[in-house]
Order: sequence, then structure tokens, then C-alpha cells
Amino acid sequence: MATAYKIQKDTYHDSVTLMLIANDLKQLDRIEEAMVGMGTDYNLDSLKRLKINLPELNKLTPSDLIIAVKGETEDVAEQAVEMAENKLTEQTQISSNQGDYAPPTQRGAASILPGANLVLISIPGEYAADEADKALEANRHVMLFSDNVSLEEELRLKNKAVERELLMMGPDCGTSIINGVPLAFANAIRRGPIGLVAASGTGLQECSSLIHQLGGGISQAIGVGGRDLSEKIAGKMTIQAAQALGKDPQTELITLISKPPDEAVLDRLFKELKKLDKPVVIYFIGADPELIEKNGFTAATDLEDAAIKSCQKAGIGKLTPLIAQKTLEEYARKAGPIKGYLRGLYSGGTLCDEAQRILIKDLQPIFSNTPVEGCQQLEDPYLSQAHTIIDLGEDEFTRGRAHPMIDPTLRKERLIQEMSDPEVGLILLDLVLGYGAHPDMASELQEAIIEGRKQLPKPPAVAVSICGTEEDPQDYQQQRKILEKSDVYVFPSHVSMVKFTQLCLNED
Amino acid sequence: MSDLNGLFEQKIQVINLGLPAFYKDLQHQEIPVVQVDWNPPARGNKKLQSLLGKLKK
Repeated sequence: MATAYKIQKDTYHDSVTLMLIANDLKQLDRIEEAMVGMGTDYNLDSLKRLKINLPELNKLTPSDLIIAVKGETEDVAEQAVEMAENKLTEQTQISSNQGDYAPPTQRGAASILPGANLVLISIPGEYAADEADKALEANRHVMLFSDNVSLEEELRLKNKAVERELLMMGPDCGTSIINGVPLAFANAIRRGPIGLVAASGTGLQECSSLIHQLGGGISQAIGVGGRDLSEKIAGKMTIQAAQALGKDPQTELITLISKPPDEAVLDRLFKELKKLDKPVVIYFIGADPELIEKNGFTAATDLEDAAIKSCQKAGIGKLTPLIAQKTLEEYARKAGPIKGYLRGLYSGGTLCDEAQRILIKDLQPIFSNTPVEGCQQLEDPYLSQAHTIIDLGEDEFTRGRAHPMIDPTLRKERLIQEMSDPEVGLILLDLVLGYGAHPDMASELQEAIIEGRKQLPKPPAVAVSICGTEEDPQDYQQQRKILEKSDVYVFPSHVSMVKFTQLCLNED
Repeated sequence: MSDLNGLFEQKIQVINLGLPAFYKDLQHQEIPVVQVDWNPPARGNKKLQSLLGKLKK
């Protein structure tokens, strides 16, 4: 076994790009290990763990790029290093497409684009708050995709944004659509009268996609970050966004999606929402709908219901679920009763929560790495036990690798692992389309399903729910067909897949 | 009550710091966007960063 490496001093690249290149290298023949990353403590530890010894290890800093490969021969390893360098050069060329100059600062960027009104930030969390602060100081709205930003910093940034009447979306905000422009992970959604505000990225993607599929459209979809309705942040951005939608002549009603807010925050939120002269539809995931209804708002029971009720209030679109109950019953009869355990392998956190909340009524116990009330903590996130529903987008799975909506590697491995377990009866997956997401996730999943089916004489059934629209950059129908050809049960909404699962359980 | 400085009436123009994929998606849709060639301050040196932070204050 031989090692080849290349160090580029003071050359920064984002971790997602680097991790995807490392993955490509690992797929090559005769390559055993590959690490492409900045010289952070975590990456230096990874090198030690992979037993890749570099002579200059102590001199490296987080601004140095490392490409290190272990291969069968020196030639093979060196070729892989060269390939990584070429891929990075391609990447840099794309980044510099705005003439031959990519400015190193926001201020430099603003001199190229003086009308810039929004700053999209996805740099490492430890540096992200400073950059968000600079953007707000320059009176620009912020979408902060980065996570690992402290609650104190979030509060400081949101206070500043409220003071300056700006949007501060995030931290950890994966999805927004402003004036029809999808930002980060978002779907191509028709414009219309529904204004969405959500403290949940995949929740926003699923609900907006379903509104589109039901024939409706949205004015805005504003992500606020998962902690906005916590006691400390007190719904600052949810309220600011809802108020702006209240004043917006294009918005006829407001739909709010979030985990149940902190109790003290709820009173203030309801008070502010009542001041708006527009109907409000609310889906607080897992909360009591009565509490919402008695305050004069419309309560939704799941993400599809939120989309249906929003369309209904706006006087547009069909008013029934995309798959009728009768059809679901037919599917369930065809599938037969589920013998064995259920395994849910999710890339979307909100969908993982929603599956647990609905299924815990019929299935017990359910284990998860992100258990909702009534479900239990999974001891080892890499090892399922009994009924298990996991979110592969959580930190324990994404440290050192890209999110499962971009990088399918880990989910494919886990899928094959679950399909090799004779105690498993049904596997649930989500496929999230849209900007930012993998260009052909259906083929990736299909590859793992084919491999998985070879493991047992009677492999478990697989069901997939697709979140997306026909306007998304991936071809929705083609993605659906790829899965259907693989004898997978395919659903156009997450809730319909979960209801199908319930019916299969009741068939027993 | 805030109207976000008239944001909903404006054309969106973006400065992107971080993932080039987000830049490419926006560019593909012909949204005005500039990619920042961002690097960690002080070459990622934490001690130097903290000194720089103090200087700024």
C-alpha cells in the first residue's frame, strides 16, 4: 500500500465540495482511503485514524488544503491526487465566472453588485455570525444556512435585524423562496397568494411542493431557523416575517409551520398573529390542534393537510389528499401485512419527526436518533433496533461528510445493511428534489435497492415519498419512474406514505 | 409593522459566501449573484483571530 499527498498552503475550499471529491476518489479502483479537506483538528485526526502519515502534519493550519490518498501502488495514489486537483481547479473556475475576479469580502462583492439586497451564508459556523453581522450592518437581508451558531449570537443578530427591519433567516436555515427566487435547498414553486413562514427546512419544502401539486402557489416562503420559537429567541423572525406578509398585497393568507413553540412564546405569537387582517393556517408538528382553533386560527394535522387547508383558504386547487384513502387501502392490500420491523432512513428531519409522531400510535416501541415524545433514544445511531426511524441529516452522521440530500453514500450503505436484516419488513425513505439537492438521487437509491435485494431470499419492501415539483431541476417524473421500475412503493407526499404504512400494519 | 424595507417589491440580488453550488443554482436561473472568495480570517489561526477581534472593538 502506498500513500500520495499534496498540500496547498492558504487555499480555502468549502467542506462540502471537498467531501464530495474525497467520495469520488474512494470509489476509484485500487484506492483504499482518501481524505480531501482543510487542515482542521478534525481532519488531522481523521488522517491519523486512517493511518495516513504525512511528514508535515504539525505545520498545517486550517487554511491549508490537504489531499491525501492511500492506494495499491504509488502510481495509483498519485493519479488520484491529480484527479482531485483537477476537480478543484474546475470548481474554482466556476466560482470565478463573474469575470476573472472573485472578491475576498462582502464589501468587494457589493462593489461588483451594488444592488445586492441579500447575503446567503454557508461558511463554517464559527465564522458565520461575523459575516451575518456585516451583512445586516450594510442593510442587507441574510439567509444563514450555516449551523453551529450559538443561541446568544442568533439573538444578537435577530435583534439587529428587527431594529433594521431586515430578514435574518437562520442560523441553520436550509430553505427560503423570496420573490420567487429559491435559496439553498428549495423547490420550484408556482407563485400565488399563500405566504409561508417555517422554522423547519424540509417542512417548508414538503408543504410548498404540495401546495404546487394541489394547484396553488406561494407569495413567499420564509425560513426562520429551527430555534426561532424557542424561549430565548421568542419568535422574533417568525413575527417579523408574518407581519411583513400581513402588509404584502400579494399575500392573501399566512401559513405557519414549526415544532410546538415554547409556551411563553406562544401567547405573544398568537397575539401578534391576531393583529394581522389575514387568515392564518398553523401546523405545529405534534401539537394539540384545539389550542390553535380556539384562538381563531385554522389548525392543520400534518404537512399535506397544511397544504390542503392553505389552498382551500385561498380558494384555489383541489381539496383532497393527492392519494385518496381508497387508493391507499388498495396499495396496502396489495403489499399485504407487514411482517417484521419498520426502518425509516430519512434525509429530512421534519419528515423523520412526522413519521414518528404518526406511527407511534400503532407501533411501539419506536427508536430514533431524534426521538419525539413517546419514542425512545437509539443507543447506537449506526445500529437499528426493533422499529427504528432515523434522521441521517443529524450531526452524528454529517460530521466529516456532506448532508444526505447531497451525498447518498451513507444512506445507501445503511439501506443495504437494513435490507440484509431478516427481521425487517418495510423500509421508508424520503427523496427530496429541488435546488441544492442531488441531481439524480433516485438512481442512487435504486442502485442500493438492487444490491440490498441480493442479500436475502425474501427481502423487505421499500417505500419512498418524493418531495418536489415537476418544475424542479431534476425530472420529477423520471425520478418517480426509476423508483417504480425498482418495485418500490412511491408516494407524492410523505403523509400518504406514512398512512400506507399504518394500513399495512392494520392488515395484520 | 415592518415591510422589510420594501423587500417584496425588489429584484433579488445575492452575495454568496460559501457553497459554490448555491451560487451556480442562482446563476443558472439568471439571478444577479456574486461569489465571494471567502477564506477563514487570520489563516484560521484562533489566537490571531481573537486579537483581530479585540482590535475591531
